Amino acid sequence: MRSLDSWRTRRTRTLAGAAALALAAPVLAACGSDGPGGAGGDALEVWVYQDGATVIQEDLVERFNESSDIDINLTQVPGENYQDRMRTAMGSSNAPDIFFNWGGGSISDFVAEDMLVDLTDVLADDEEFRDAFLPTILDAGAVDGRYYGIPMRGVQPVILFYNQTLFDEAGVQPPETLDDLFALVETFQERDITPSVLAGADPWTELMWIEYLLDRQGSSAIFDRIRNGDSSAWGEPAVLEALETTVELVDAGAFGNDFRSVGYTTDGASTFFAQGEAAMHLMGSWEYGNQLTNQPEFAENDLAWAAFPTIEGGSGDPSAVVGNPTNYWSVNSNVEGERLDAAIEFLKMNGTEEYAQALIDNGDIPATTNAEDLIASSPNPEYAAFQWDLISNASSFTLSWDQALPAAQAAPLIDAIEQLFSGQLSPQEFVETAQAL
Amino acid sequence: MNREKHPSAPRTGRPGIAWAIPGALFFLFFAGAPMAIVGYLSFTDWNGLSDPVWSGLDNWSRLWQDDGMRNAVWLSLLLTALTWLTQTPIVLLLGVWAAGRQRNRAVLSAIFFVPLLASSVALALLWRTIFDPNFGLAPDIADFLGLESADLLGSERGAFAAILFVTGWQFVPFHMLIYQGGARQIPRSFYDAASIDGAGTVRQFFHITLPQLRNTIVTSTVLMVVGALTYFDTVLILTRGGPGDATAIVPYLMYDTGFKAFDLGYASAVATALVVVATAASLLLVRLTGFTRMRSTREGL
Repeated sequence: MRSLDSWRTRRTRTLAGAAALALAAPVLAACGSDGPGGAGGDALEVWVYQDGATVIQEDLVERFNESSDIDINLTQVPGENYQDRMRTAMGSSNAPDIFFNWGGGSISDFVAEDMLVDLTDVLADDEEFRDAFLPTILDAGAVDGRYYGIPMRGVQPVILFYNQTLFDEAGVQPPETLDDLFALVETFQERDITPSVLAGADPWTELMWIEYLLDRQGSSAIFDRIRNGDSSAWGEPAVLEALETTVELVDAGAFGNDFRSVGYTTDGASTFFAQGEAAMHLMGSWEYGNQLTNQPEFAENDLAWAAFPTIEGGSGDPSAVVGNPTNYWSVNSNVEGERLDAAIEFLKMNGTEEYAQALIDNGDIPATTNAEDLIASSPNPEYAAFQWDLISNASSFTLSWDQALPAAQAAPLIDAIEQLFSGQLSPQEFVETAQAL
Repeated sequence: MNREKHPSAPRTGRPGIAWAIPGALFFLFFAGAPMAIVGYLSFTDWNGLSDPVWSGLDNWSRLWQDDGMRNAVWLSLLLTALTWLTQTPIVLLLGVWAAGRQRNRAVLSAIFFVPLLASSVALALLWRTIFDPNFGLAPDIADFLGLESADLLGSERGAFAAILFVTGWQFVPFHMLIYQGGARQIPRSFYDAASIDGAGTVRQFFHITLPQLRNTIVTSTVLMVVGALTYFDTVLILTRGGPGDATAIVPYLMYDTGFKAFDLGYASAVATALVVVATAASLLLVRLTGFTRMRSTREGL
């Protein structure tokens, strides 16, 4: 009987997998690039999100392969659909052995299905390895108190970037309060400059505004409750107030008239900002590196940064930060024996000072305890020190909502945010939609 | 005069059933089986990782009450109707025109054909760049269309119009080709006779060309309807169903629930509903137009 059951399960899985493939066919065709490469023999297949920082992972893999019997085969997955493709692959027989993720909700479904290696004991057995990482950031990758992810990139707080030259010309300072922000919107509109560029075609950029406004209005505890499954927290008055502020900003023209067609992944927003058409840009810390690569003159002469303004009367801690604490490596639970040993050796290399230095050299702040000592060697120590202060003084570091929530909630939430910004949903309707998720 | 006889059921020379086996097997394996599995999955709750759990009619009753689905169905029907209304006159005229024999027509036809040769994804990316409000041609296009701002892909109507335009631009050449072929089949003698009787070009078009193209119109219409009901890549790249849900047609909704929210059971129900509707629409069209009777357009000759 047991064998029949297992046979049936296996059969259902194969059937289901085939159907997923049939459904996925147009998606994969849309992506247009190669899927997982055929890893030969025992090689470990590693997936990483492809962007400007992957050179660091390339070097790391190269160094690892020099000394290891089991090679690592690094696959760079183009950014835009990384999450969907990784998830689809995990449900198929082409799953990667080690993969890049955002911790939290981005891996909680895999944890629930026992698809990841529990690294808690590995960290407990090797204190040096465990203590290499900032505890708050290591914890942010945990699910239900167990560790499934090892930090592998720099910290990515969301920062209010602004154009120093435009601010000087207008004789204004970066906003310290929400009222300052509204005043700046007026100032820059009068000067025919978009107050803040927003890449509305990529709704996760809109999410950044809502995340900070809610944190300042009602503290990070509200989203913590939501993340832990308490959807009644959407009903908190602070949520409605934050959403209303968002709509007020849109209506006041803070983002200009065309923001819904502006893309981030196509560089529409960053180029617009760099050309001096917009005064501010709320974006993850990677924007600095992005500008330095694409518009070096702007990055060196005009680009400045500040923390998100506070809200008078808001109960949130002004030091709270949102964004991505960092990215993590997780290991597929079908990696066993020697291959698992090799995988863990690879993870441990991410805690070394050599690797932290490579991140610093690239302009990132590693999520390691020694980061502060390395800051002086950053290509821009001033920017590095600002980020370090921001994150080390932060009372909380809220993971981006779309990464913190499981896919079944994150996808409709992002849709609703897009509808809020385009005026199809009122703040009240948004709250009702979110509560029903 | 080569007056051909058209025996109603020619028995000779028609291949036996064996000829259909390779095609039928291919269809069963790559279309039939996946469709059956998706049909099965539509009765389950499945996140793509664990085993599907039988949930009976849950997905189907949800489908019935879902505002998102209602919106998607409305948008899909609207897109299909508008696609037919805008493309048919264009492809009919272009196709008939291209059926002529002059050299410049062949060259121009070849140029018109270019959009069909590129991949939908590449074209959608190209148009997305063109529609960029700051760096593309969007401000000029907006002026031309009389829109107030260049927020073409960000306004509900603008984004919908953009989808209609880009897919039209891409598929007009294909349908033009069908009409060109159809128009070339019309015997010259018809026009010669009409000329002798004193009929002008317009009269000839309405009394000879159009009736003779009857089957071509049905074929092209079915392809347009089924095509418009299943447009996907253009929407994914150009608008991602946005702004809000203004262009979230049924196939996009299926993708969004299936591969963003990983609610694959429900996405399967959406997919199954789409297969049923598209099949029904094409059968209905064929039936209503009497296409199945395979009546020759040259009857009575």
